[in-house]
Amino acid sequence: MKKTATARLGLGQGRAALLGALGASALLLSPPAARAADPIRIGVIAENSAISGIAITNGAMIAADEINAAGGINGRKVEIVDYDDHNSATDAVRAFQRAVNQDHVVAVIGSYMSEVALALEPWAARLHTPYITPGAASNEITRHVKEDYAHNKYTFHGYLTSTAIADANCDFTHDFLVEKLGMKTTVMLSEDAAWTKPLDEESQRCLPKAGLSVLDSVRVSPDTTDFTPIFNKIEGQHPDVITTGISHVGVQPTVQWHSEQVPVPMSGISSQATSTSFWRDTNGATEGVIAQVVATPDVAITAKTIPYAAAYLKRFGVTPAYTGYTTDDDVHIIAEAVGRAGADDADKIVAEMEKTDYVGTIGRIAFYGQDSEFPHGLKYGADFVSGLMIQWQDGKQVTVWPARVANGALKFPGFIKLPTQHASAQ
Amino acid sequence: MRALQILVDGFAISTLYALGAIGFSLIFGVSGVLNLAHGGIMVAAAVAAWYIAGPLGAGQYVGALLGVGVGVVFAFATYGLVVRPIQRSRAIPDDETEIFVLTATLLWGIMIQEAIAYFFTDSPITVRPLINGVVDIFGVRTPANEILTAAICWVSIGLLWLLVNRTRAGKTLLAASINPRALTLLGFELSSVYLLVWAIYGVLAAIAGVLLAMFLGTSSNNIGVLTASAFSIVVLGGLGSVSGSLIAAYIIGYLETVTAYLISPTLRTIPSLLLLVLVVYLRPQGLFGRR
Repeated sequence: MKKTATARLGLGQGRAALLGALGASALLLSPPAARAADPIRIGVIAENSAISGIAITNGAMIAADEINAAGGINGRKVEIVDYDDHNSATDAVRAFQRAVNQDHVVAVIGSYMSEVALALEPWAARLHTPYITPGAASNEITRHVKEDYAHNKYTFHGYLTSTAIADANCDFTHDFLVEKLGMKTTVMLSEDAAWTKPLDEESQRCLPKAGLSVLDSVRVSPDTTDFTPIFNKIEGQHPDVITTGISHVGVQPTVQWHSEQVPVPMSGISSQATSTSFWRDTNGATEGVIAQVVATPDVAITAKTIPYAAAYLKRFGVTPAYTGYTTDDDVHIIAEAVGRAGADDADKIVAEMEKTDYVGTIGRIAFYGQDSEFPHGLKYGADFVSGLMIQWQDGKQVTVWPARVANGALKFPGFIKLPTQHASAQ
Repeated sequence: MRALQILVDGFAISTLYALGAIGFSLIFGVSGVLNLAHGGIMVAAAVAAWYIAGPLGAGQYVGALLGVGVGVVFAFATYGLVVRPIQRSRAIPDDETEIFVLTATLLWGIMIQEAIAYFFTDSPITVRPLINGVVDIFGVRTPANEILTAAICWVSIGLLWLLVNRTRAGKTLLAASINPRALTLLGFELSSVYLLVWAIYGVLAAIAGVLLAMFLGTSSNNIGVLTASAFSIVVLGGLGSVSGSLIAAYIIGYLETVTAYLISPTLRTIPSLLLLVLVVYLRPQGLFGRR
């Protein structure tokens, strides 16, 4: 793996400890004041063993190299200092403290887990360090900014809120599942986590509006291993579709859905299904699964999407998970804000980040203002970021929605029974 | 319909539990060792099978076979590097050997867990099934691999029975579990009996680990739970009683499945743990225990 202008640090890990110590001691010797030659150092905290976690680290490296290859920002190189949080809030907080106090980063990009992002938010406030999460979804993140702006203004939400995610899924549900396939009922299947609470609330509200009556809402523990009883129960309720809200529970629901040939399609949010490695991780069980993504490797949401995904694929052998796209954008947003601020001053950088109007890999990126419902949240909508719906077909992610960028039609595996087939069977 | 579903689903999971616990019980019966690294060996085998079949691209059959091989290696490593040095150590008093073995295997299990999380992943993974497709059993759609899993487990248990009851080595093993002192007086070398029992244990635990990971997936975070589940089954059945473990595995497997279907999947393990507490309180030697 090519690594330029990056240093890799890991907390309490042998492999990286030596490098970390060397890096840290080198940093201690450098003067704190920003000079033209000083790099813009950005901390990246992510779980390296998870699909959505490693994409954060990888995405940041590509962005940094791209900026540096173009001469940097005002002559300053961007340097990524990365930390593995092992999906632990404690490790993430420790990494945040180390990033700020020891490694002197100007800003931190961290975690796709809402629980971890919410643990980092108060530290961004205490240490006066701009922090952006490229993948967490909980509405709580922006709610804290709204409730105490002066204190929490350092946190930005670089991914759609759960409410926006649910709305996008409802829009797709209406356009396709209801209008085209004649579906009428659904059962919601969500993992019990911080991000799915507002998601389920909004889905309960918007799915009926989209034309699906919600028969039941099943919430499962993220450490559930056997989904047979759950699918059995859902199948007994005869919904036309299962609306998913899954991420940390891993590959198991998808694998069992396939191996037990549950005849109801799964559609909705399945974060791990956004990475191309999901096909391999599920041994192809994801065939027919519909999932929401912010970008795909072959759809030009903007001019940056396809070249970025190609560069990522070339360097890491897989296409990026959703956090790979958002992190690339976040590095650019931070670096440009630092450039405009003209100094490594946290308050100035925050003020500049609020003015962001950047066309990134996932769309046009801007943040909601202080007086909105979701201050520092990503603006959602057709003109900004609206997401896509993909379906896994023969090992590939085919974009099926929205119509203006779709490159394929819905196609389900043989064991799936669609509403028309139900009707003819009865 | 639901009853049939519970019957089928419970059978597969119980059979896997049985296979995992029998080896655990056998080791205790023969050498008095409670191996708390048990879950570690199961997951090591499963992760090896997953890695060889998936990322290394060797296919599911080669993956499963080599995975079992890795499990056996880990079982021998547990014996050779952890258990045996403690048993032979003169610094450790005889009456404290067991507690030292208990602590050491627990730590060894944690080491295996951390190593897997560090070198591979701590995210849940699924081992590729040996065969695909579903079989309709009176209206219950059952993955064909689940039936194969139950069959492999029972063939393994059957072979173990033949080995113990029909071969000389097996009879020695049985004798060692009844009275090891008498066996040494008759001129048998106990250490070779131990090697045999650890080999059998390794094969059983590794097969159970790989098959379980095809069925329910696995993760380094499951290691503690897997050890605890084998421990519960063995205590319920009676420490050292192989047939007791077999029956206890079915009791716990079905209790869990019934709970998951009729009450809630999230409460799956609670009733079996309550049962365990009750058994320890009312019948400490277990349902079929001898001592």
